[in-house]
Amino acid sequence: MAHSQKPRTMLTLFALVCAVVLAGCAAPQAASPTAPAAPTAPAAPAASGQVVNVYSARHYGTMESVFQRFTADTGIEVRLSQGSVQSLLERLKAEGSQTPADVFFSIDAGGLALAAEEGLLQPVESATLVESIPANLRDAQNRWFGLTQRVRTIVYNPAKVQPSELSTYEALADPQWKDRLCMRPASHVYTQSLVASMIANLGPEQAATVVQGWAANNPQFIDSDTRILETIAAGGCDVGITNHYYLGRELAKSADFPVKVFWANQNERGVHVNISGMGVTAAARNKDNAVKLIEWMATEGQGGDAESLPGGNHEFPANASATPHEIIAGFGSYKPDPIAISEYGRLQADAVKLMETAGYR
Amino acid sequence: MTLRRTLPIWLALPLLVPIALVAAALLTPTPDIWAHLWATRLPAMLLNTVLLVAGVGAGTLLLGTGLAWLVSAYQFPGRSWFAWLLLLPLAMPGYVLAFIYMATFDFAGPVQTALRAWFGGPVWFPNIRSLGGAILVLTLVLYPYVYLLARTAFREQSASTLDVARAMGETRWRAFWRLVLPLARPALVAGATLAMLEAMTDFATVRFFNVPTLSEGVFRVWEGMMNREAATELAALLLLAALGIMLLERALRGQARYYQNQRPARRMAPVRLRGWRGGAATGACVAVLAVAFGLPLAQLLLWANQEVRRGNPGALDDVYMRYVLTTVSLAMVAAGLAIGLALALSQGTRLSRSRVSRLATRLATLGYAMPGAVIAAGVLLTLASADRALAQVAGATSGTATGLLLTGSVAGLLYAYVVRFMAVAYNSVEASLEKVTPSMAEAARCLGSSPARVLWRVHCPLMRGGLLAGGLLVFVDVMKELPATLLLRPFGMDGKRMEISDER
Repeated sequence: MAHSQKPRTMLTLFALVCAVVLAGCAAPQAASPTAPAAPTAPAAPAASGQVVNVYSARHYGTMESVFQRFTADTGIEVRLSQGSVQSLLERLKAEGSQTPADVFFSIDAGGLALAAEEGLLQPVESATLVESIPANLRDAQNRWFGLTQRVRTIVYNPAKVQPSELSTYEALADPQWKDRLCMRPASHVYTQSLVASMIANLGPEQAATVVQGWAANNPQFIDSDTRILETIAAGGCDVGITNHYYLGRELAKSADFPVKVFWANQNERGVHVNISGMGVTAAARNKDNAVKLIEWMATEGQGGDAESLPGGNHEFPANASATPHEIIAGFGSYKPDPIAISEYGRLQADAVKLMETAGYR
Repeated sequence: MTLRRTLPIWLALPLLVPIALVAAALLTPTPDIWAHLWATRLPAMLLNTVLLVAGVGAGTLLLGTGLAWLVSAYQFPGRSWFAWLLLLPLAMPGYVLAFIYMATFDFAGPVQTALRAWFGGPVWFPNIRSLGGAILVLTLVLYPYVYLLARTAFREQSASTLDVARAMGETRWRAFWRLVLPLARPALVAGATLAMLEAMTDFATVRFFNVPTLSEGVFRVWEGMMNREAATELAALLLLAALGIMLLERALRGQARYYQNQRPARRMAPVRLRGWRGGAATGACVAVLAVAFGLPLAQLLLWANQEVRRGNPGALDDVYMRYVLTTVSLAMVAAGLAIGLALALSQGTRLSRSRVSRLATRLATLGYAMPGAVIAAGVLLTLASADRALAQVAGATSGTATGLLLTGSVAGLLYAYVVRFMAVAYNSVEASLEKVTPSMAEAARCLGSSPARVLWRVHCPLMRGGLLAGGLLVFVDVMKELPATLLLRPFGMDGKRMEISDER
């Protein structure tokens, strides 16, 4: 029995391996249309032997070419280990003073604020960084620095909705939007940050009323910003809330993608902005290289081209003197909510509880 | 107590420590989070978890057993190919299939778009983002657990058993129900248990489909409320549920013991299906393969092709191949370790006849009931303290910094994988071991062989099919696992990269 089965089992094994591998290389593309499949290579082996180790919550995508440019400019090799914000925080905490990481790269302000609060990051004195990054996009003690800005705002189908009907996030709680909304579920950090900013600006009671109104409008809950845009384009709903750069991606693929962006709350506090950014770990062994990397990212790496961090992902640069990618420049200028970005992290747990109580999935 | 009696306990101990760290969270509960959850989502989460697990259990049992019997007992066009092709859906991670089903069947997907174009207006269509959708997807990727173990069990059954039943005038169908199925029960129950535990720990599929379950709650509390303590308590609740499932498994396996006296002299001869019956059998296999593997794979390749044509031919990178090799070799080592340990544990438990070792062994398989990220956190906590102690000793004695020997290396990863997937290895090994009659081992012992020699010379050859099957399952599971990898990965050792969603 075992003799006749062995070759077949080996064959099965081989086929399974192939299948998994195929699924493995194709899935990320399915999931993130702009991410090239190249893995985290140590960009180019640096002749100097200088390295900087990065714990990164950002998926690779645009980052290889950016880090390759950094290595070419400075001779410092960038090594990545990637994970979710939470798992990287756990890892930093558990490793303590022994951590191999020099830099923590987070995709939202909450993670950076939490890392700073837990004493996992150290203050950095750098005139370059203070000059390049506006005060509201970095930590008061300079333990972390925002590098790109992502605007979470209202998107709509122009065939069904006039921009004059739109105004604020809060107005989407109005019954006129019943069965017309596509929303991201409460499980995602983007929704959590948005609701946290509403708690900070409006107070918990009023924020709860708004979220209840959203839920009462029976939105379609779709756990993908890209899919929200595609559902609006297909006529499945009229209005949604997404990050601006997903629309940038769709427009880069097809210039006549039938969804438009509307900057929310422009006549009052301004539109909700989050950041991705970096901080130097408290136990960094290559501190100088870590600071060099962040400085480079805040200056040289701020371009609107595909070889830069904000440009490659259609995000707005944190450095005010940099030009954004042309597609998102076409979205027009906006007034951002001036709230301190660290508030999102502080109020995130409250936001989750509020949404659960309000019946927002 | 002699070493022989306590050996399984010592073997199980390293597996128990990370699990115990999680379970200990229940001793220090976070009351305000529990009160909040109970008032809001916990009832729905519990209900969804029960329905999901029951649905996947029933679905995999039906699909897996049916297909295994079809390829074992009947001859039809393509049978020998389907016998192993039907395992392929196991290689499809649940969340990948979920993503594809979502992209295919939701409002903006091609199916509904085509229907709207056909009928010229809105068309009712079942919502794929639902509990039913999650059960469907998880059943399609998890049925091979039942299928593989059931097929092995049918294969190891002797033809003479079936012949006797037929000679007694039973129809083939009744013989299947009254003889074949009861004899295969340990394997079927073991397979369904694995599928149910896996469904219980899935969080990505249910998150895609907006079905809040306990596992999804673990991540919501961990990431959303940034409260690892409360998340670990929820995970400990999962452990209790898993204990319930395992007790149920014991009860379902029953007190009866099923021994086959030797390797089957003659396997049952498959009956040839003629005409439309053969076509229907082939069609059924093709249909299952198509929806669970073929179409999703085609969709993935299509997307990959679009990507390459847009100028991102990174998938063919030789660096990428290196990462694939890393993942494959990691998975192989983990599978070998898990099977070896499972063999030692099950045989040790059998020999020791001690209740404590039996309990320790059962508890050591509980890792399968926890989301990978929770185990990784448990392993991290276990190893990090050991690591820091090592570093201090090294620093004090030699004055050099050793860095993190355990957490920063492959050891941590393998440790987490073995803790996580011990149940898979153990269940298949044990189902196989149960069929080896103790009298053979006793005979060998009487002739002066050591227990280790008996294990090697008597059990291993008899259990080869089961060991291979178990090793294969662990191998594939490790390949599919991502959270544990993400938390414990050393630098420059990134495994197969998988993004759960397009965000961030």
